[in-house]
Amino acid sequence: MTQPLIKVNLFFSGGLEILFDNIKQKTVEISSSINPPNQTKMEDLIKWIRENLIKTKPELFMTGNTIRPGILILINDVDWEVEGELEYTIKDGDNIHFLSTLHGG
Amino acid sequence: MVRTCVICNKERAIIKRPKTRQQACRECFYYVFETEIHNTIIDSKLFNKGDKVAIAASGGKDSTVLAYVLKLLNERYQYGIELFLLSIDEGITGYRDDSLETVKRNQQQYDLPLKIVSYSELYGWNMDQIVKEVGLKNNCTFCGVFRRQALDRGAVMLEVDHIVTGHNADDIAETVLMNIMRGDIARLSRCTEICTNGDECIRRSKPFKYTYEKEIVMYAYFKKLDYFSTECIYSPNSYRGHVRTFLKDLEGIRSIAIIDIIHSGEAFELKKGVKLPIQGVCKRCGYISSNEFCKACVLLEGLNRGLPKLGIGKTNKMLKKYGNMPEGMATIPKFMNKNSDSVSEQC
Ligand SMILES: [Zn+2]
Ligand SMILES: [Zn+2]
Repeated sequence: MTQPLIKVNLFFSGGLEILFDNIKQKTVEISSSINPPNQTKMEDLIKWIRENLIKTKPELFMTGNTIRPGILILINDVDWEVEGELEYTIKDGDNIHFLSTLHGG
Repeated sequence: MVRTCVICNKERAIIKRPKTRQQACRECFYYVFETEIHNTIIDSKLFNKGDKVAIAASGGKDSTVLAYVLKLLNERYQYGIELFLLSIDEGITGYRDDSLETVKRNQQQYDLPLKIVSYSELYGWNMDQIVKEVGLKNNCTFCGVFRRQALDRGAVMLEVDHIVTGHNADDIAETVLMNIMRGDIARLSRCTEICTNGDECIRRSKPFKYTYEKEIVMYAYFKKLDYFSTECIYSPNSYRGHVRTFLKDLEGIRSIAIIDIIHSGEAFELKKGVKLPIQGVCKRCGYISSNEFCKACVLLEGLNRGLPKLGIGKTNKMLKKYGNMPEGMATIPKFMNKNSDSVSEQC
């Protein structure tokens, strides 16, 4: 039983791109249900990124089950803290921006 | 579920503010962000009409947002101050050359005069050369001491009254914790002051003292401000130590903790009678110093004599070991403040 795929546009900036071979933007196709029967949530997406995209030092991206404190996430230009954080359900065509506050100054 | 801004009760919320946990729309966020900084400036009487103010600009997020917001507030509220960008070129290939390009773009975008002061012109050494000489262990000591003095010297060249830096609430909370852990009383009482009369009588202040890093980065993001976010190649990962991680964890649990720590820092009071070092001036270059020679002169002497350890650790002990500071050595240009004849009395 395969789940339909959804397209998600990922963005990495604020110095975070270093963890991704300096790639600032990437469109990925993921299952709409990484953990069937539940729909794919932000929590699943973050883990998926750690397992599939991170080139070095995953601990600079995640702490425990969540994003590392100091990295901001914007979902379609809205602070993920407004959108339910890990519980947000990923939709086809979402633009998800990971923005580090930890670099430079 | 779309959430509505709690300020205007109309538009869609785009940010949860860390300080208040309020959800705000884009326009309301801009307005409260800018107004809080304005209130900080007014409450602490940071500026006087006619002041010449240099923004210490690194091309990074904090100083870029600071330049943008100060220019905007100066026009909106008619502070009547004259703004400059002041950048330090440490001479780090592949890092500072790129970030200086960002500052040069900011100069165009914000239409502010820019002054760049380089380590090479002041000290005869740039950081690439220093790292070749001293390695990657103490290089940040050289860089920190040289930068502080370079900013003051740049300010004198620009004839400004005041330097503003982009230190934000998270930075200040971090410094408070570090000074407590180190037991550095003198610095603890200074680090929460919003404005210090610079040791050398050039005022330094931090208009972002109560501004959260998250909001600065979000503001830059929504306004599409152009900033540089690469790590210095000579301090990889040293950028934020355990204290920073600890703070960010705290902030995640209870975001007001940042402001609470700053308030705790402010509440520490020195007992009467605690002796703080007396400030004089460096015998060699005239810069303010609590010792006979300023730290920069000792570090430079070490570089020039091939004794890079000379200025690391306790200066007096090292000077005893390696011999004193002979006259006639290469030195930093004489530090001449416009109030410099009265420097020692005033400071
Ligand atoms: Zn609003
Ligand atoms: Zn000196």
